[in-house]
Amino acid sequence: MEMVNIKINGQSLSVPSNYTILEAARSANIEIPTLCYLKDVSKTGSCRMCIVEVVGARNLQAACVYPVSEGMEVLTNTQKVRDARKVNLELLLSNHDRKCLTCARNQNCELQKLSDELGVTDITYMGERNEYDIDEVSPSIVRDNNKCVLCRRCVSACKTIQTVSVIDATERGFKTTIASPFNKSLAEVPCVNCGQCIVACPTGALREKDNTDEVWAAINDPEKYVVVQTAPAVRVGLGEEFGYEIGTPVTGKMAAALRRMGFDGVFDTDTGADLTIMEEGTEFIERLKNGGKLPMITSCSPGWIKFCEHNFPDFLDNLSTCKSPHQMFGAILKTYYAEKMGIDPKKMFVVSVMPCVAKKFESGRPEMEVGGLRDVDAVISTRELAKMIKQSGILFNKLPDEKFDNPFEEASGAGVIFGATGGVMEAALRTVVEVLEDKSFDKLDYEAVRGTDGIKEATLTVAGTAVKVAVVSGLGNARKVLNDVRSGKANYHFIEVMACPGGCVTGGGQPIVDSSVRMDIDLKAKRAAGLYAEDASLPVRKSHENPDIKLLYSEFLEKPGSHKSHELLHTHYTARPKF
Amino acid sequence: MEKKTLPFNGTKEQEEQLKAVIAEHKDQDGAVIPVLHKAQEIYGYLPIEVQEMISEGLDVPLAEIYGIVTFYTQFSLNPKGKYHIGVCLGTACYVKGSGDILDKIKEILGIEVGECTPDGLFSIEATRCIGACGLAPVLTVNDDVYGRLVVDDVAGIIKKYQEL
Repeated sequence: MEMVNIKINGQSLSVPSNYTILEAARSANIEIPTLCYLKDVSKTGSCRMCIVEVVGARNLQAACVYPVSEGMEVLTNTQKVRDARKVNLELLLSNHDRKCLTCARNQNCELQKLSDELGVTDITYMGERNEYDIDEVSPSIVRDNNKCVLCRRCVSACKTIQTVSVIDATERGFKTTIASPFNKSLAEVPCVNCGQCIVACPTGALREKDNTDEVWAAINDPEKYVVVQTAPAVRVGLGEEFGYEIGTPVTGKMAAALRRMGFDGVFDTDTGADLTIMEEGTEFIERLKNGGKLPMITSCSPGWIKFCEHNFPDFLDNLSTCKSPHQMFGAILKTYYAEKMGIDPKKMFVVSVMPCVAKKFESGRPEMEVGGLRDVDAVISTRELAKMIKQSGILFNKLPDEKFDNPFEEASGAGVIFGATGGVMEAALRTVVEVLEDKSFDKLDYEAVRGTDGIKEATLTVAGTAVKVAVVSGLGNARKVLNDVRSGKANYHFIEVMACPGGCVTGGGQPIVDSSVRMDIDLKAKRAAGLYAEDASLPVRKSHENPDIKLLYSEFLEKPGSHKSHELLHTHYTARPKF
Repeated sequence: MEKKTLPFNGTKEQEEQLKAVIAEHKDQDGAVIPVLHKAQEIYGYLPIEVQEMISEGLDVPLAEIYGIVTFYTQFSLNPKGKYHIGVCLGTACYVKGSGDILDKIKEILGIEVGECTPDGLFSIEATRCIGACGLAPVLTVNDDVYGRLVVDDVAGIIKKYQEL
């Protein structure tokens, strides 16, 4: 890359010529406040928080979009700059619903942080304020435009990254709002509930539908036997809410906290993931051997499933019929486990803690029940779990490391990596390859499907057959790959799709990381590293070698793909309208 | 707030015309605005059904099209009534009380500016100065102009068109 010489605040720098002023300043540890900018997601230059003086330019310039050039001199911290930023912020605040105390983003809000950092001590402008109804119809996402600063980070996440495109700026001037066409609720448009808008939002304008009250009510109900399961990605996100370094696994403390909160059974969705591999692996082998519909596409990600139903209804037969791991596990808890423990399944209440808000929608799908019993009764996000732990007066950091409960005490490493893009594929390959080759392998790391790239491809020779796989994360990438498959430009045997870029570790239900932190780190890679480390540390790393799973089949399910498996663990899909 | 509107009753001919317009602009950059203009000429307004056809045809998200339609004032989401009432809110008319006249019309018809009555008879628009300041306050019904109005004149004017 060609380098250019510039000066920022008198400091001489040599930076790549494709840098913006913001990136150049960052490389010299000079902080410029931002609001509408979110690395890799949104770059609109609209909020005017990052304005700087460029010597020779007539007006203040937005550092996030202004490219560097040879000989450029920039001043980021003059009184003129500070005054202008503050006025811009005060104008934003004049039309903001300033109820910080009761806001979901209290103490994790970029607007609040800017007010502090830019020294706003008073609400200077008391003009007219827009008032909007809160959209809380969706089972997953709540939109409160009273807290919107019109930065459009959610629009970029929805439209550019995910190509779901159900929100955009509407109207103009003071009446501008981010909304769905014809002001419909998010529940009435083809929103897939991925929640990438939530984790992109700098304020409390977008949040998950809060289900913590119903979980507390179940725990408090002496008649109910309340069990909880936690998804793989939760363990590498939850710690951030308690001051741990990003990506630190807190599996043992999480199990300890759940037990102290009053859950009667504390389980790991990784066991459900192992079960998924048994069923999905078997389904793939059957499709491969018997000329079934290929490519087979994974079905663990409910955001992806709804996206497929709206936009690629011609691919519904390609989707694996497997329910997602927590739904499978819920069904097993209410049958096999209830029977084993002598519990009336009607009194059992299954809570799933997920890095995902689409799981809230998924658990309410009509087909997710067996014999009138819902597989899962409530879904809460990683963020909601953190809130509940805080409400419980538990000093999380001081907890001992504890294990999950029997009879599902320890899942395999394959189940752990389900939370990162490529993890489901790798877990499936560990099992499928051994079944097809009919022998055990020591080398378990499939490097080709690891990493945070949005689209990865690999060809493996399995029992003499070349098996072509693709791993996709982010729905924009999924759209691209499926269009290529549809047109015949690409063909695969097996595709893993996760709706969120990076997979579940960066799902819409995970702790929200400030945009200034996201400028310096690769959040996806850091959280995924925590999962791969846990996988490497486990004694059992293949789903089919998980002893609890073996017992589950021998005692209850018979074999993967059995009649009972189909009744409990498989599902079907529904074509949904494009608009 | 949900605006009152009429059920969509586009014809097959209108749909064919729109499809031809879409086909003509399909691979062109910035096709949305010219197509919306033509669509509004064909249908008189841009209801959801029309916007969906444009979204599908041009492969542009509906949310983006809706954003454009609501940004520009010349695009309308609602049909015009058989009798389209324009109330001038230019300076002279406004000073002479056209705001009260507009309020009275809204009260009698039970609709807001930009809406159409359920029977399709009346719609209301708040216009800028129409150049008849000498007659302020002024309203128009299609091509008819009524000037030097007082609030009590409104009921009679509406009645006249109801009985036509």
